[in-house]
Amino acid sequence: MRERPLTRNIRPGRPPPDLAATLRVGGYQAARRALTRMDPAAVIAEVAASGLRGRGGAGFPTGRKWSLLPKAEDRRPRVLVVNADEMEPGTFKDRLLLEGDPHQIIEGALISAFAIGAGTATIFLRAEYTLAAQALAAAIAEAEAGGWLGRDILGSGFSLELRLHVSAGRYICGEETALLSSLEGRRAIPRAKPPYPAASGLWGDPTVVNNVETIANVPHIVANGAEWFRGLARGADGGTKIYGASGRVKRPGAWELPMGTTIREIVEDHAGGMRAGYRLRGLLPGGASTDFLLAEHLDVAMDFASVEKAGSRLGTGTMIILDDRTCPVAMVHNLERFFARESCGWCTPCRDGLPWVERILAAIEAGDGQPDDLALLAWHTQALGPGRTFCAHAPGAMEPLQSGLKHFRADFERHIAEGGCPWK
Amino acid sequence: MALNADELAEISRLARREPQPHGAAIEALRAVQRRRGWISDETLGEVAQVLGMTADELDSVATFYNLIFRRPVGRHVVLVCDSVSCWIMGCDELRGGLETRLGIAPGQTTPDGRFTLLPIVCLGACDHAPALMIDGDLHGDLDPAKLDRLLEDYR
Ligand SMILES: Cc1cc2nc3c(=O)[nH]c(=O)nc-3n(C[C@H](O)[C@H](O)[C@H](O)COP(=O)(O)O)c2cc1C
Ligand code: SF4
Ligand code: FES
Repeated sequence: MRERPLTRNIRPGRPPPDLAATLRVGGYQAARRALTRMDPAAVIAEVAASGLRGRGGAGFPTGRKWSLLPKAEDRRPRVLVVNADEMEPGTFKDRLLLEGDPHQIIEGALISAFAIGAGTATIFLRAEYTLAAQALAAAIAEAEAGGWLGRDILGSGFSLELRLHVSAGRYICGEETALLSSLEGRRAIPRAKPPYPAASGLWGDPTVVNNVETIANVPHIVANGAEWFRGLARGADGGTKIYGASGRVKRPGAWELPMGTTIREIVEDHAGGMRAGYRLRGLLPGGASTDFLLAEHLDVAMDFASVEKAGSRLGTGTMIILDDRTCPVAMVHNLERFFARESCGWCTPCRDGLPWVERILAAIEAGDGQPDDLALLAWHTQALGPGRTFCAHAPGAMEPLQSGLKHFRADFERHIAEGGCPWK
Repeated sequence: MALNADELAEISRLARREPQPHGAAIEALRAVQRRRGWISDETLGEVAQVLGMTADELDSVATFYNLIFRRPVGRHVVLVCDSVSCWIMGCDELRGGLETRLGIAPGQTTPDGRFTLLPIVCLGACDHAPALMIDGDLHGDLDPAKLDRLLEDYR
């Protein structure tokens, strides 16, 4: 039997387990262990040894992130933020965890806050996740009443106030420093790094921001140990991963599988392969801001290093499938329209460059493309690339564009030569 | 219409939890919008006052976020996802169907004040694309033929 610690209590379509049901199946036992039998440094060491890497897209090693906080002599309060903004197009993995097992997130937040010495934690939830908001609010109330949150938890001397912040919607809120601006009641504009949130985050206090799925892994690492966690994975990165597939596959969905499962297994075994009459032409492996891969990459393992070697990023691990009857130019146009609309507007290359990219793509798709448009698009992939903008939004937007131009060049050229979209 | 005692109490409660009152700006706007449907200039000015902000400061926050409405909306707000997975699965046809049935374009409200139609980014329901959300209820696996029955539930 394949182990799937993150989703074992999740029954889609049914209400999540309440506190009593959670305790019956061993929930909060890892928190008990951490708070009563471990010191914070030991928790951080265990998480570091497990090889857990952030599941929010960038894959930063979680144990290392936690050890970047200032030393104990720094008396400022510390803050944990659980990033539940999940607005990356094509991504629906955190929703599964939030709606399906909110107590797992609370237990993860409790142990993580204990590890970093945070007295307050905030779950930053996107506005549209209304079911998750209800589930979390109910679970937090139960955990408070049950003594799993609040003052002096389990007589350990450790206290935690856990808050739920429901956002008002904007993709950039998911960027961790923009998220902090938003939590301070401002426009969600990213901040200059350094200082990193670990040095100066929410209201200037040392802050750790972790993704929902990252946090959900923590109780299992504490309960079963780093070695067990590493053993769950097929490759170098520890643990399981919630993978997903959408587009014209037979059974779109999300599945918890060993980290390092191949694209082919996800598409063919779990998503049931392509729908009748469609062939797979390409895919974005980890959400809208990752580079296209092709059918020839089906045997690539979905772990950080393997996907990078193939020319893309694991990202959120939820893939979007491009089929052979969908126009790749129009797909790239759809993606860039999203990024242009969601630019926060703070820095010029992104604020002005993305709408320009979007309009060029719209023109090509409408049959008004000019021969030098492709060079202009390629120029933008440089000008909006890493290091040229204030945050990673615009560089992320350039990933599907640059790889689209490379892999689907003939399609772009045909649009321009024929003065229209061949798919229409 | 001025803020009532309930609303004032709620905003003050939210503001007290923050190191500085303006930290509650987004939650305060959401709380008022939940009761009133949208944020008028008058409301904005009063909320700003409670939070110790100028109206312009609060407006710069309000206008940044997709789901704070600075214009009146209908009784039901229909958010149609137009991000990539829904686009592949036919969200343009779905939105077209809505426009025809409601007789309005995105950004508009039906003359009877029943529906406002707005585009939205990925709803995190890509496995049930195309998807839309009405008043916080998620609906997936849609096509234009399913719209009549769906809209019936929102009078
Ligand atoms: C434009 C943009 C949007 C992002 N959106 C999210 C998001 O919705 N959820 C998330 O966890 N991380 C998101 N991130 C990544 C966060 O900045 C941050 O790296 C992450 O929350 C760290 O958590 P982890 O180390 O556990 O992965 C986004 C980054 C960028 C640049
Ligand atoms: S890159 Fe875009 S989203 Fe990021 S700060 Fe600049 S304008 Fe804002
Ligand atoms: S793309 Fe529409 S719900 Fe994700």
